[in-house]
Order: sequence, then C-alpha cells, then structure tokens
Amino acid sequence: MVLTDTDRKLIVAIQDGLPLSPRPYAEIAEQLSLSEQDVIKRIRQLQSSNIIKRFGAVVRHHELGYTANAMVVWDIPDDQVDAAGKKLGEFDCVTLCYRRPRQLPLWPYNLFTMIHGKSHDSVIDALEKIAAETGLGAFSKEVLFSGRRFRQRGAHYGQR
Amino acid sequence: MAAVSANVAHIMDSVDRQIINGLQGGFPVSEYPFADAAKKLGLEESVLIKRVEKMLGDGTLSRFGPLYNIEKAGGSYSLCAMAVPDAEIEHTAEIINQYPEIAHNYERDHYYNLWFVVATESPEQITSLLADIEEKTGFPIMNLPKQEEFYVGLHFDV
Repeated sequence: MVLTDTDRKLIVAIQDGLPLSPRPYAEIAEQLSLSEQDVIKRIRQLQSSNIIKRFGAVVRHHELGYTANAMVVWDIPDDQVDAAGKKLGEFDCVTLCYRRPRQLPLWPYNLFTMIHGKSHDSVIDALEKIAAETGLGAFSKEVLFSGRRFRQRGAHYGQR
Repeated sequence: MAAVSANVAHIMDSVDRQIINGLQGGFPVSEYPFADAAKKLGLEESVLIKRVEKMLGDGTLSRFGPLYNIEKAGGSYSLCAMAVPDAEIEHTAEIINQYPEIAHNYERDHYYNLWFVVATESPEQITSLLADIEEKTGFPIMNLPKQEEFYVGLHFDV
C-alpha cells in the first residue's frame, strides 16, 4: 500500500489512541477535515495492508502480572535457523521470535525470542521445556532478564 | 526518567479482564464502535468507555488504538544494545529517551545491559539516528536489525 499524505496524517492523529467517545472516527474526521466514512475506510485499508497490525487495547504487561520477561538469544547454525524460529514461535509463552545478524566476536546469537511469564521461575521452567521439546537445548544460548524499564510505549511518527 | 513501578494488577475486576481479553485486537471500525464492542461483551456502551478511561488512567493500558507495523509503510525498526557502566545507565537511558523514535528501553542483566528499540520512517534514518545517539551518549551501539520475523503474538490473558 502506498500511503498518501492524508493517510500519514491519520496515522499520526490516532497513534496515541482513539478519542473515548461514542463516535471516535467522526471526531478524528473533524480534526482532519475528512468525512467519517473516509476515516473508517482508510483505517480498514491500513488494517488490511497490515500497517495496523492490531487495533484496540494495548496493555502494559507488567501491570497485568507478567512481571518477568526474558530475552532468550540462541546461536543456531544458519541452515537451521529458519526451522528453529518457526518451532519456537509455536509456544504460547514465546511472544516474539526474530532472526537478527550476529555481531562477532562479541555477539554470536542470531535468533531472538521473548518469553513473558508471571515469575522468574516460570520463565525458566518454560524455557527448559521449550529447549527439551524442540531439541534446541543443544545450541548455545543466553537468557537476559529485564531489569528497570526506562520506556515502554510505541514510537512516535511524524510532526506532533 | 524513573522506571515505571506501579503494579495495578490487584485492582482489576472481572469486567476489566473481560475487556482486556476481548479487545486486544479487533476493536470495531464502525460508526459506533464502542456500542458495537460493548454489545459483544454484554456491557453498556457508557460502561465500556468509562472502564477504558479508568484503565488508561491507572496505567493498566498504555494506549487504546492502533499498534503499527511501520515496516509495511516503508518504515524501519531496529533493536539496539549498549554496554554502559552501572553508575551511568540511568543518565544514558534518559538521553536515549529524549528521542521520539525510541519505542522501548530496558535494562537487562548482561554485559550489554541497555536494550532499546528504535522506529523510523525510513531505513536510512536509522543510521543517522544511531550515530547521533552514539555521539550524545559516548557509547557505541550494537545494531541488530530484524532479518526475519517468525512470530509476533503479544496477547496477554488476564
């Protein structure tokens, strides 16, 4: 999808959240001098082209009791990393799974998973289960638990 | 900037939980979306709006709206790591957080102890942004752009 200037303005207008009123899209339309139907149509297009990947309540997982989160990084041979990524993504507690470049010599890891849990121990238990079930326990990995959160929110786009 | 430390999990009731579980995706895009969503949840429109307001106010929700995938719109994300002496980590995080392109910024227990995500409108902007951050903080950045996404399923049941 090629974004128009109007789409960009709409993206910026709703990035911090929808107006909490019975007709939020009409309010946005008024701000942008568009019709309500136009706003609705454009948001649906942004959703169908996956620029908006989710629409609704964005939670702070920490406040929901998911206070432990670990980034688990794996050093998987290049010819096996895609299969490993797909396997890891199938576990419920794995909330993100990406391949990223190694930065040798200090950083040999090429597969990144995020595991969220309600405690440190539950994350470790889940990881052991995952490693055993996938057979990936044979590869070297590191577990980086999070400490302080200096920021957790979406990035901001465009001029505010 | 102080790290967020409030924990409000204990003051959520079953209606809040139902709203969170039901509305992490799929909020209606229609003329009366709160009314439509409320109907599905078995609530009144005004109750749903008030509950969402309350959960935004107390920090249970960080936002009520879109979660973007800006790569689909030509934008770019990267995960970055820095190794910062403990005594300087808060100050360094503060400098980094001054950039609006920073989406997340976490301390982690590793030699690389500061991890943040940057989001820009084009891949070229990442390079200049990271150079600028390196200059302002005085620490080199390990840049780890995404090469392949296998799964993104950030949905939390409460």
